[in-house]
Amino acid sequence: MRPFDYLAPTDAATAVRTVATNPTATYLAGGTNLVDHLKLGITHPDLLVDTAAITTAGITDHHGGLLIGAATRNSDIAADHRVRTRYPALAEALLSGASGQLRNMATAAGNPLQRTRCPYFQDATTPCNKRRPGSGCAAIGGHTRGHAILGASDHCVATHPSDMAVALTALDATLHILGPDGPRTLPCTDLHRLPGTDPTRDTVLEHGDLITAIELPHNPLARRSRYRKVRDRASYAFALVSVAAALETTDGIITDARLAFGGVAHKPWRAYRAEQALLGQPANDTTYRTAAEAELTDAQPLNGLDGGNSFKVPLLTRTVIATLRNLDQR
Amino acid sequence: MDHHRRVDTEITTRVDGVTRTVLVDTRTTLLDALRERLGTTSPKKGCDHGQCGACTVLLDGRRVLACLTLAVTTTGKDVTTADGLAPDGHLHPVQQAFLDNDALQCGYCTPGQVCSAVGALDELANGHPSHAGDVTTDPQLTRAEIAERMSGNLCRCGTYTNIITAVEQAARA
Repeated sequence: MRPFDYLAPTDAATAVRTVATNPTATYLAGGTNLVDHLKLGITHPDLLVDTAAITTAGITDHHGGLLIGAATRNSDIAADHRVRTRYPALAEALLSGASGQLRNMATAAGNPLQRTRCPYFQDATTPCNKRRPGSGCAAIGGHTRGHAILGASDHCVATHPSDMAVALTALDATLHILGPDGPRTLPCTDLHRLPGTDPTRDTVLEHGDLITAIELPHNPLARRSRYRKVRDRASYAFALVSVAAALETTDGIITDARLAFGGVAHKPWRAYRAEQALLGQPANDTTYRTAAEAELTDAQPLNGLDGGNSFKVPLLTRTVIATLRNLDQR
Repeated sequence: MDHHRRVDTEITTRVDGVTRTVLVDTRTTLLDALRERLGTTSPKKGCDHGQCGACTVLLDGRRVLACLTLAVTTTGKDVTTADGLAPDGHLHPVQQAFLDNDALQCGYCTPGQVCSAVGALDELANGHPSHAGDVTTDPQLTRAEIAERMSGNLCRCGTYTNIITAVEQAARA
């Protein structure tokens, strides 16, 4: 690990300027991903700027919704009764990720910014366009079980690992950001980007941008939301596929829906096409299947040494059906 | 930057009830500071990447992974290891339950398991939900709940069945 300086500033604006003007500086929050990357030699910052004293922990009522401070621990978000009753998909997503210890460390703002668990990205000895631009992609033609079926490119087929971000994407959450030019907001649906020709960037954030809070908007629909995750182990594993969903029905007809997928793309995949296919239709398995298939018409499964990931298309379709069926019966 | 310069920082942390001051490199993890600098070898280094839970300690009363915690971030905080759970040799109910139920074989993961169980039972007592239950209702003490809540602690000897029994006994003690 390369030596680095450590700062624990108490003024957010100063901290943002410090990071924004130093390309080798990075923020430290829970550290669960960053400290591992320091050990693995994936990142080599010269300066860590601790966010502990410049961000707040806690959840407050906000315009009928909730405002989650950036430093709020994942376990505290999942335990909050307002989150559990008004946004159950978010609590379920958080509890389906990592372990009890990690959820006590990981923060609200850090979770959506965690980086892919592509094994080639995490192995500094292999080619990876995300880690070293232009070096190639060892995943293409390699082991692809955990990789993308939607929105990938010839440069990168990695998937975004956060469960929380999938729920935030489905629930129309908004990020509060402090940048060098002051505060602004950004819909969670716009945070993450597809790899295209520049997979080095996971998000649209500029260097130095600091997430200060996550806003959950008032929406009664969110009370009927769920997160379902399918993985190789019953616990403590990343998603093969996951679904965050919310559903509203009147007399058996779907009147509103939110749908986002995890484990299948470089970003949490908001399934707008599937949502449109659900509206006005009877709440039954045929409708759910049609909606899932509408979203997955562009799916491009990968071949691989391990048999590839074409299994994700039927697995995700069935997970969508099961999740929506369960919601309708709630 | 100059890669040969010192990046040592002094930290003052309360470890198992005793205030300790030590000079650490900014790169030093809490786990290495405890084991290599302070002689507190109860937390173990298993994977050193946050995957096995052998390094679990209680930081300000909550279970965390010492291998992914930078020591410089712990100044002014309270660290409790499995060693500190048994002051003067009086075993914590979780430790006694591990002995009573043969919840270990080689013992390497045990200090982490014990700290994790103490933290997990505290979370359960405070009504924190888990993936094993319905988030809209209060969690119940079931074996499935214990297994889910302890899933961040691996045991290569495979004593999971007895660990769950031990945690269950400690919870009812």
